[in-house]
Amino acid sequence: MRHRQAIALLALVGLFVALYLWLHALGFGGAIKCGASGACETVQTSQWAVFLGLPVAFYGVVGYLAVLVVALASLREAALPQRHWNVMLVGLASVGFLFTIYLTCLELFVIHAICRWCVGSAAIITAIWVVAVLGLRREWGVGSGS
Amino acid sequence: MNRFYVLLGVLAVVLGIAVLALLRTGGTAPAAAAGPPPTVADDGFRGYSLGQANAPVEITEYLDFECPVCASFATIQMPTIKEQLVNPGRVRWRYRDFPLPVHKYSRFAAHAAQCAGAQGKFFEMHDQLFNHHQWAQTGKDPSDLFRSFALSSGVDLNAYDACMVAGRYAQRIEFSRQEGDQRLVDGTPTFFANGKKLDFRRLPGSDDFKAIADSIIAHSPRH
Repeated sequence: MRHRQAIALLALVGLFVALYLWLHALGFGGAIKCGASGACETVQTSQWAVFLGLPVAFYGVVGYLAVLVVALASLREAALPQRHWNVMLVGLASVGFLFTIYLTCLELFVIHAICRWCVGSAAIITAIWVVAVLGLRREWGVGSGS
Repeated sequence: MNRFYVLLGVLAVVLGIAVLALLRTGGTAPAAAAGPPPTVADDGFRGYSLGQANAPVEITEYLDFECPVCASFATIQMPTIKEQLVNPGRVRWRYRDFPLPVHKYSRFAAHAAQCAGAQGKFFEMHDQLFNHHQWAQTGKDPSDLFRSFALSSGVDLNAYDACMVAGRYAQRIEFSRQEGDQRLVDGTPTFFANGKKLDFRRLPGSDDFKAIADSIIAHSPRH
C-alpha cells in the first residue's frame, strides 16, 4: 500500500509540473520561471516542444493524471490485494520513463539545452518507475514465498 | 489511510497555489517595455546604422517589428541591399522605430532590440525578430520567445531582463515614433533617402534602392 501512496503523491507533483509547462505553452503567464540561463526558453520554443501536433507538456499532464487515477483506484479497500494494479502502474510508469529518456536525449544531444522543469519531471517519473517496479517485485516476492 | 488523503489534498492545494503564483509572477510583457512611457526624452540616439559612416547615401527606415511587410522587406530585400549597396560603401542604412498602435507587441519588440543593442547585438536581435516572425501572428505574449531570441543573439540574459523590466529604452522608442510623426511617417516601412521621404506605390525592392542610390551619387557634387 505504501508504494501506491508514494506513487500517487509523486504523480500529483508531476501533474502540477506538467500543468505549469502546458499552461505556459498555451500562452498563459508570460516568461517561464527558469533562471537566467534561458535554457527553458530554448527547449520550450524548439521544434521538439511539440509532439504529434500537441505541446509535449500536454502528454505529461495526461500521463501523470493517468498514473494518479490508477494509483488512487489501486488504494481502494477492495483493490489493495489485487496485483494487476501494480502491473498497470509499472506499465504506465514505463511508458512515461521511456518518453522521458527520449526527451532528455533530445535536450542533451539535439537541442543542447537542459530545462530545469524537464529535469524535475524526469526525476519524478524516474522515482515513480522505481517505486512501481519495487512494488511489483515485492508482490512477486510475497507471492512466490506463500 | 485518512491521513494520506488529507496529505494528498493539502499537497494538491499547495501545488495549485504555487502554479497560479508562478503564472502570475511569470508576468506578461513588462509594462514598462510594452507600453508608451509617461514622458519622452531625447537621449541623442538616432538609430542603429549599417554601413560606412562616409557612405554618400543614407537611407532611414522607420519600421515596426510586428509589421509583416517590414518582416518581408527585412528577410527578402535587405540581404541583397546589404550585399549590393551597404557592403560596397554606397549606402548607410539607419533603423528608426515607429511602433504602430494597432500592434500589441511592436513596442515590446522594439524594446527587446534596443536592450540587445545595449550589448552590441541590435542587428542580431533585429534578424531574429524578423526571421522568426511567426510570433507576430499568434497573439501570444512573446516575452519568453524574445528571451530565446536574445540568447541566440549572444545577449547576456540577466542584463537583458533588467533592461526589459526597467523599460530602459521606452522613452527612446517613443521619441523615435514622435520624430516619425513629425516627418509624416504614416505607415511602415517608410523610407527616407538623405532626409527626403520616398514614396512608393508598392513595397520597394533592392532595385528601387539601387536606382535611388545611383541617382543621388550621380547628382552629388563629386560627380
